[in-house]
Amino acid sequence: MTQAATVTERPARPGRGVALLRRPEVGAFVAAFGIFLYFSISTSAFLTPAGVATWLYSSSLFGIMAVAVALLMIGGEFDLSAGAMTGTTGLIVGIATTQWGLNIWLALVLALAAALLVGAFNAWLVTSTGLPSFIVTLATFFILQGLNLAVTKLLTGTVAIQGLGAVTGFDQARVLFGSSFPLFGMDVKISIVWWILLTGLATWVLLRTRFGNWVFAVGGQAASARQVGVPVRRVKFGLFLTTAGAAWLVGMLQLFDVSTVQATTGIGQEFVYIICAVVGGCLLTGGFGSAVGAALGALIYGMALQGIVFAQWDSNWLKAFLGGMLLLAVLVNLWVRRQAGERS
Amino acid sequence: MTGAADAGAPLLEVRGVGKSYGSVSALRGVTASVAAGEVLCVLGDNGAGKSTLIKILAGAHAPTEGTLLAHGVERQFASPRDALALGIATVYQDLALVPLLPVWRNFFLGAEITVGRGPFRRLDVAAMRRATRDDLALMGITLRDVDQPIGTLSGGERQAVAIARAVHFGAGLVILDEPTSALGVSQAALVLRYIARARDRGIGIVFITHNPHHAWAVGDRFLVLRRGTSLGEFGRDEISLEALTGLMAGGAELDALGPELDRAASARDPA
Repeated sequence: MTQAATVTERPARPGRGVALLRRPEVGAFVAAFGIFLYFSISTSAFLTPAGVATWLYSSSLFGIMAVAVALLMIGGEFDLSAGAMTGTTGLIVGIATTQWGLNIWLALVLALAAALLVGAFNAWLVTSTGLPSFIVTLATFFILQGLNLAVTKLLTGTVAIQGLGAVTGFDQARVLFGSSFPLFGMDVKISIVWWILLTGLATWVLLRTRFGNWVFAVGGQAASARQVGVPVRRVKFGLFLTTAGAAWLVGMLQLFDVSTVQATTGIGQEFVYIICAVVGGCLLTGGFGSAVGAALGALIYGMALQGIVFAQWDSNWLKAFLGGMLLLAVLVNLWVRRQAGERS
Repeated sequence: MTGAADAGAPLLEVRGVGKSYGSVSALRGVTASVAAGEVLCVLGDNGAGKSTLIKILAGAHAPTEGTLLAHGVERQFASPRDALALGIATVYQDLALVPLLPVWRNFFLGAEITVGRGPFRRLDVAAMRRATRDDLALMGITLRDVDQPIGTLSGGERQAVAIARAVHFGAGLVILDEPTSALGVSQAALVLRYIARARDRGIGIVFITHNPHHAWAVGDRFLVLRRGTSLGEFGRDEISLEALTGLMAGGAELDALGPELDRAASARDPA
């Protein structure tokens, strides 16, 4: 500025519109708003207090996982075992309490420890071998899926565990994971509170802490991050442990909501989490995305899931809708990346 | 930090350094020095030994012969960290930047400024934005938006951010590994301007290049390497651009080759 000679050439500064579109969650916000309007107008049940509570609850379970998966994806990795893990943790608590008579709080801690162990195993394999996390966690996903069914059947003879309601201490633990409270005429389930709190926490960590800064760097360009002293391996461990912890939480939220757990719980949901994160603006290649976006992605999914029921459509439309949303999201992301991304 | 250091001594000096890998000698007998506010250009063709020399200066490789002095004191770097501790930073060609990350986040990556304690320890975003803007302004770059992804900056600007970052974190001497080689003419000119800017602020620069024109534009001293040996270190008043170019290219060899190349070129279709 002071010296005319030093004024550098640069591309035209993007307008406010492009700057806004650079935010990862804007597309998801627009889509969520559109879907909300559509089902609010086209069905009578969607906007009733009971209806809102239903789709918020549905969104919250996906949302907690989607936020954790989004952090991991921003850090450049996938966790396909996250869905099955929600089943594993529920089953551990179910078996430990109803079959072995273990104290429910101890069972909770045991399930958390097991989840973290699987998360650490994923992280260890990925960071020490350099194999893609997609393939490593696909393997752990199948291992967990098999164990969930085989071990449950071996120990109980069935593929579902029931009777948790009779376990001592169930009601106390239920306050944390399965309770609800009235708000604006709605019966709000506690998982919605967890979802909102965790989305806020994840946003703060991502944008306002060193760890968050490192997550973006590790996913964006791991070699550069390593060069400036970012502990790449530690960051990845932290992220895999986060998805494992979230899977435990969601496992508990589902378990205490219905007090039964199926051995197939969570199977097939790992892709829904990834789709929610991508719809929320996460790049599959890492380094870009937001927790709020992933939460909005889950909101879209929850609204569509329940909205289709309220509209009395064939529920198979959901999958087609999900695929369409995903395609749209990756196209938008591609465009955003071209606008904001690398120039060489 | 270096109590015994001699204030008048060059920031970095090598005397007869060399490096051999087993019986293969990659570099022999290189003597050169760079002082504060001075640009030492290291010139040489591919395979001349430039990268071996950088690694010795940066502390990545220990020389197998000769001595290295930082601030007039003989040193043996065990790792680049030792060099960094003495204010010697190296900016490699890949720049160690994360394209999608905002400029200020890149600037402070790995050395973020934080406030608060324990679980409430958080980034001091305002301070980092301000410091980034100020430091880049000193380099002659005025960014209106330090929040833009660094990938949207031009190649020259990114190079400047990397230099400014090294200086911010205490480097008194910055080693630049071919900063202009991947750039077009105007972007390379920009980088040369930034190098001059840093030099004027009293930073010592080791500028590695294979382009004598780029070297001549900013250099105070010129070290020419060829096939792992030093052809000498020259002050600006001791050599001309023509002589420098000739020396680098292998002078007499190329002259003898000249007529032959001319004929070969005219006989063949332009590739």
